[in-house]
Amino acid sequence: MAEEVKLFRTWSSPFALRIVWALKLKGIQYETIFEDISNKSPLLLQYNPVYKKVPVLVHNGKPVSESLVILEYIEDTWKQTPLLPEDPYERATARFWAKFVDDKLMPSIWHVFVTQGKEQDEAIPLAIENLNLIEEQLKGKKFFSGETIGLVDIAFGWMGNLISVLEMVTGLKLIDAEKFPLLQAWMQNLSDVQVIKENWPPHDKLVSKFQAIRETYLATGAPK
Amino acid sequence: MAATTTSDVRLIGAWPSPFVMRARIALNIKSVDYEFLQEQLGSKSDLLLKSNPVHKKIPVLIHSDRPICESLVIVQYIDDVWASGPSILPSDPYDCAIARFWAAYIDDKWFPSLSGIARAQGEEAKKAAIEQVVEGLVLLEDAFLKCGKGKAFFGGDTIGYLDIALGCYLGWIRVTEKMNNMKLLDEAKTPNLVTWADKFCGDGSVKDVMPETDKLAEFAKVLMAKFRAPPPN
Repeated sequence: MAEEVKLFRTWSSPFALRIVWALKLKGIQYETIFEDISNKSPLLLQYNPVYKKVPVLVHNGKPVSESLVILEYIEDTWKQTPLLPEDPYERATARFWAKFVDDKLMPSIWHVFVTQGKEQDEAIPLAIENLNLIEEQLKGKKFFSGETIGLVDIAFGWMGNLISVLEMVTGLKLIDAEKFPLLQAWMQNLSDVQVIKENWPPHDKLVSKFQAIRETYLATGAPK
Repeated sequence: MAATTTSDVRLIGAWPSPFVMRARIALNIKSVDYEFLQEQLGSKSDLLLKSNPVHKKIPVLIHSDRPICESLVIVQYIDDVWASGPSILPSDPYDCAIARFWAAYIDDKWFPSLSGIARAQGEEAKKAAIEQVVEGLVLLEDAFLKCGKGKAFFGGDTIGYLDIALGCYLGWIRVTEKMNNMKLLDEAKTPNLVTWADKFCGDGSVKDVMPETDKLAEFAKVLMAKFRAPPPN
């Protein structure tokens, strides 16, 4: 059967970007279907009835949802350019930190982004604490995976560039070069990786989008 | 694989925790002997804090002095290390993705709704919370039919990853049913899960680590009195 790979995404979804990077790193040909979140296609709703979200990977007609699940699926299906190490302990470590990014790190940074004043001041220490924890993981390493990028780099990678957008929109410096030298170096190394560099959403468009998101949150205090 | 001594594999946990149970079931499936280091309610041992500095939570598997944290990460680790034993994750990548998807759904969406029942204030809120849990179980009933393909478990003929991910909550489901005098796993709405639940609890790798409902209910009362909070996570 001819291989058919489709990716349902939006132009800006950081979770979808993880999948773009993984597919490109492994040299997998795929078709992109851009979704308009305010007007989701019937196909998307059919492929992801539980969450109705992007990204969704459809491989030979079979859909996979949730970005970390998709990454593991890609890793299991296409063995070239492995994203996970062979050693079980190192694999477990990578999975632990990828989960930490989604469960703790990103929500804490997001919380700083969608608040202001006292509420924001109170949100900052947790984000910093989580950033410290992940900074430690980079000791002696170029990427979280070592010399080349892997699961955790891909999981956290979009923050590598998005952080500058969030910092611009909030006027706050979260990843200070002095406090987080390893993260700073990592972001630089990441942005030099071909696949990452070539697939980053336009900066200005991101700034406008996140500015609008922050304004909505500050006005209503609730997600759209 | 060289024989491991009991102290080479240690599990920090507690008998009521569904998350700890996941690790114990996985170790049982692989016939791995381990030392069970039980934490006391209300305090955290130095070993736990040292082994899981990020979350400070159980379970923690310590294998050859190296800690592994997060229950589903631990289950996958056990499957990877003791590869000669029965497989826990499906071998087919797509089946594996489906199992991982539903396991994540169970933890991210469904379990919080289960905890929501104990936290709900007033009859209306409780009713709504219960409905949400049942809706989730109906989704899982459908998943069971698709994954199990007519066999006894989500994993097929034997217990697998998704069975472990959901099955660990059966003790707490039964306690919640008992304390609220209703059924969450219902013959009418989720008949296949009802059958599955009995098979799961009766399985050799599960029955010694699944707490008795009465004992768990007593523990729940102690917990609620102590912390005025829902079941442990």
